[in-house]
Amino acid sequence: MSFINVLSREINCKIVYYGPGLCGKTTNLQYIYNKTNPDAKGKMISLATETERTLFFDFLPLALGEIRGFKTRFHLYTVPGQVFYDASRKLILKGVDGVVFVADSQIARTEANLESLENLRTNLAEQSYSLDKLPYVIQYNKRDMPSVAPVEELRELLNPNRVPEFEAIASTGVGVFETLKAVAKLVLTEVKRQAG
Amino acid sequence: MTNPQMVMYEEEFNQIQAIVVRLVKEANARVVFVIDKNGQEIAKAGETDQLDTTSLASLTAGNIAATGGMAKLLRENEFTTQFHEGERANIHIQIVGNRVILVVIFDSKTSLGLVRLRVKKASEELNQIFEALLRKVQDPNRETPFAEITDDDIDNLFND
Repeated sequence: MSFINVLSREINCKIVYYGPGLCGKTTNLQYIYNKTNPDAKGKMISLATETERTLFFDFLPLALGEIRGFKTRFHLYTVPGQVFYDASRKLILKGVDGVVFVADSQIARTEANLESLENLRTNLAEQSYSLDKLPYVIQYNKRDMPSVAPVEELRELLNPNRVPEFEAIASTGVGVFETLKAVAKLVLTEVKRQAG
Repeated sequence: MTNPQMVMYEEEFNQIQAIVVRLVKEANARVVFVIDKNGQEIAKAGETDQLDTTSLASLTAGNIAATGGMAKLLRENEFTTQFHEGERANIHIQIVGNRVILVVIFDSKTSLGLVRLRVKKASEELNQIFEALLRKVQDPNRETPFAEITDDDIDNLFND
């Protein structure tokens, strides 16, 4: 649910990075955090286990510039990818304005990708959201790994509606900002549509 | 799409800010802030200079969401109040009208009893303001502050 403050001319939106365990959601946020001007970002918070697996969420507040005097601020969240943290994933989706599904391109993770995407649909539906109507992009991550599935195959499996999709290597930043910009643009277009 | 925008107008913001400022004084608190359930900061007052209120807002919302999840498992509607006691700082968290969260950070200069008393009164006042605000936001004839923006404006933000 976007939040517009008329007085301070700010628009705040929430973007959630979703995907199976170890697909690189946190790595996306870390890269964005490391490469963003200090004036444009807040502190990145990671609620992680001792083994650096996301326990609840990562959070990164980010300013992406102004549109006609409106400051655009995005709150980026990741969900914990591990299957048994489903209750937490549901909570983080509350009030979401846009979703990035980070798929792990490795062939061995095909099942995990499908399961996570199905889980995303189910958890959104529980809150009366639909992935087909929400600003939504897909990232095919880990393109540098050996034995990755061809993009055409991933598209066929994970992107039947042909939403914007990006190949990425989040650890080196390939595709990270392209993904973020695409979802942010869709979110702002939706906010404008609702306002107009 | 059931994803209504929340719009904060100047009139309501000033009313909320006045309550928050007064609560700092009356409860003898260090910091008071109001956030929505998604962790967006709405108003704040007190010694906020040294405080990362953006992070606090996000974590508070996460905390409330987690507690709400626990409540559901116990077939409770919600746990409306939380209190965290530290060595120097304490946090009192109150859900207002099932919509926003009122956070009071205080130290030994005041007492939990006084904070609770003042929070109760402030919550009732805030609830009325947010109810009025919600009616305003849902009014089809309302001002639409973002409507003046064009697709080209959005494109320009991402062209670099």
